Amino acid sequence: MTDEKTKTPETIDIWVAGTEEPQFSPTDEGAQEIGLDESESRLDEQFGRVVSDDYVFDEDATDDERMIVNMGPQHPSTHGVLRLQIELEGEIIRRTKPIIGYLHTGMEKTAEVLTFGQGTTNVTRMDYLSPLHEELAYSLAVERLLDVEVPERASAIRVLMTELNRVASHLVALATNGMDVGALSMMVYGFRERESILSFFEKTTGLRMNHNYIRPGGVAADLPPGWKDDVAGLLETLPVKFEQYDDLLKENPVWTSRTRGVGIITAEEATAYGITGPALRASGVDWDIRKAMPYSGIDRYEFDVPLGENGDVYDRYRVRVLEMYESLKIVEQVMDSMPKGDYRIDDRKVTPPPRARIDESMEALIHHFKLFTEGFKVPAGETYVAVESPRGELGCYLVSDGNARPYRMHMRGPSFANLQGLPIAMADSLMADTIATIASMDPVMGDVDR
Amino acid sequence: MATTPPGNLLMTTVDKAASWARTRSMFPATFGLACCAIEMMVSGTSHYDLARFGMEVFRASPRQADLMIVAGRVSQKMAPVLRQVYDQMPDPKWVISMGACASTGGMFNNYALVQGVDQIVPVDIYVPGCPPGPQSLMHGILSLHDKIMAGEIRN
Repeated sequence: MTDEKTKTPETIDIWVAGTEEPQFSPTDEGAQEIGLDESESRLDEQFGRVVSDDYVFDEDATDDERMIVNMGPQHPSTHGVLRLQIELEGEIIRRTKPIIGYLHTGMEKTAEVLTFGQGTTNVTRMDYLSPLHEELAYSLAVERLLDVEVPERASAIRVLMTELNRVASHLVALATNGMDVGALSMMVYGFRERESILSFFEKTTGLRMNHNYIRPGGVAADLPPGWKDDVAGLLETLPVKFEQYDDLLKENPVWTSRTRGVGIITAEEATAYGITGPALRASGVDWDIRKAMPYSGIDRYEFDVPLGENGDVYDRYRVRVLEMYESLKIVEQVMDSMPKGDYRIDDRKVTPPPRARIDESMEALIHHFKLFTEGFKVPAGETYVAVESPRGELGCYLVSDGNARPYRMHMRGPSFANLQGLPIAMADSLMADTIATIASMDPVMGDVDR
Repeated sequence: MATTPPGNLLMTTVDKAASWARTRSMFPATFGLACCAIEMMVSGTSHYDLARFGMEVFRASPRQADLMIVAGRVSQKMAPVLRQVYDQMPDPKWVISMGACASTGGMFNNYALVQGVDQIVPVDIYVPGCPPGPQSLMHGILSLHDKIMAGEIRN
C-alpha cells in the first residue's frame, strides 16, 4: 500500500486541483506541438517566412524572455474545440500553432459504409453551419459520376436554399465575432435573424439543421405551399436588420479600433496558403467559385462579388455583410423566376417512385424498398466538384468502383485551409487580438476535423 | 407572543430550500463540441431565452459552473479533456448529454468517437435528437430541475 502511494508516476503530469491522484497522461501531440528547438525549415513555416512580411519582435531574444502558452480546446472563443499553442514575447505573438483533431469523427470512413443515397445524412453533419452546401457538393459529385442532369426547378431550389443558408451562416459569423470582441448585443441580434431563416428551413426540410434535403437526383421535397410569402417576408425584413448591424458596428470606434489593421493577410499570403472564401476576398483577390466554376445554374443570376482591400479583420467582417446583400439579391431573382416542373429527376434508377404509386402497386413498393436498402450503383470513376460555401471552396472528391457505396470520399473543407492562415495573420500581433482574428476566419471545427 | 406563526411566514426544510436555490441559478459551463453547441447557443439567445430559468450565464471557466451540457460528438482525443473539465467543476454538479452522438455515438459507429459520454462522466439527463431543438434542450433542463427538487441534497 505505502509503495503505491509514494510512487510518483513518471508519465502522468496533469493533476486536477482538489484531487489527490494525477488524472491523465498529457495528450501527446508529437509533431503538432511547438517546442523551443525546431529545425530551420520548420521555423520558416511557423514564422511565416515563406512569404515576405515585416516583423517587429526581437529575433535574438533569449529563451527566458519567451513563453509558450496554451489556449483551448475548451475555450469560449476558439469556436469549438480548436487548440492553439502560442509563443509570446511579452504581449507580442511570435509563433502560433493550431492543433486540430479534437472533433475528428471519422466521417470520411463512415461515408464508405453508407450508400450513395445515404451519404447526404453523413456529409450534412460536417460543416454544421452550412449543411446545405455540404449536401450540394456531395450530390453534385454523385450526379456527375452518374452523368445525370437534375431538372431546372431542382437546381433553382438548390440555389435558393444554399444562398439563404449562406446568409444564416454569415449571421452566426457576425454574431460570434461581435461577441468575442465584446459587442454582446451583436450576438443576440445575429441569432434572432438567423432564427427567421431557420424557421423557413424547418418548414421546407423538416429540420432546423442537418437537413438531408438536397439529395442525389434533386431535392427531398418540393417547396411548401406559401413559400413565396415566406421568402418575400425574409427579403423585406432582413436588409432592414442588416442596416441596424451597420449602426451598431460599422462606425463604432471600439469595433473599428479592435478590428482595423488586425490580423492582416496579404493577397500573396492568402493565395500561397490556399485560403478561400470571404477571408481571401477580404485581401482583394477576386475568386468566387460561383463565378469561376458555376454550379446549379447560378451563373444565370446577377450578383457581385464584394472585395476588401487590406485583408484585416474589419475587411473580412465587411465582406461578409456585403455578401449577405448579394445572396439576398440571388434569392430574389430565384423567387421571381422559379421554373415549373419536377423537383427531382424522373430516373427510377436514382429516385424512388412517387408516394401514391406505392399504395397501389406491389412493384413500386419493392422498388422503393430496394432503392433504400441496397441503394443504386454508380459507374466506376472519380470526380471533384466544388461549391462556394460561406467559408470558401468546399470540394467533394468521390471515387466509385462501380458499387452502391463510395470507394473513397474526401471533402476539401475550406475551414481547414483557412486555419493555416491563422499563424500568418497572428504573428507579430498582440495577444488580445487573437480572438478577433480567430473569429474573423470563421472556422467551423466540424469542417476542419470531419 | 402569539402561539401560531404569523400569516406571512414560510415553513420548509433545508433540503427543499437548498434544492430550490440550486435549480434557480444553475450555471452551465461553456462547453460546445459540434452541431448541438449551435442549438445550445440558440437556446441562450433572444428567441428561446434561457434567462427565464436563471441560467443564461454560460460560465467560461468550469470552476464557476455546476452544469455541464455535453453538446455534440465526443472524439477519443477529446475524452480526457472532457473528463478534466468535469473534474474541475465544483460539487454539486450535473451533466446533460445533449444529442444522439453524446448519448450513444449516434450515427457514427466508428474508430473515432466515444460511444456515449456516459463512459467517461456520470450523466443525469439524456436529451434525444440530432440535433435536439432548443425546446428539447429546455425540456431536458427542466426535467433536471424536477430531479433536483425531488431528490435529497447530493454532495
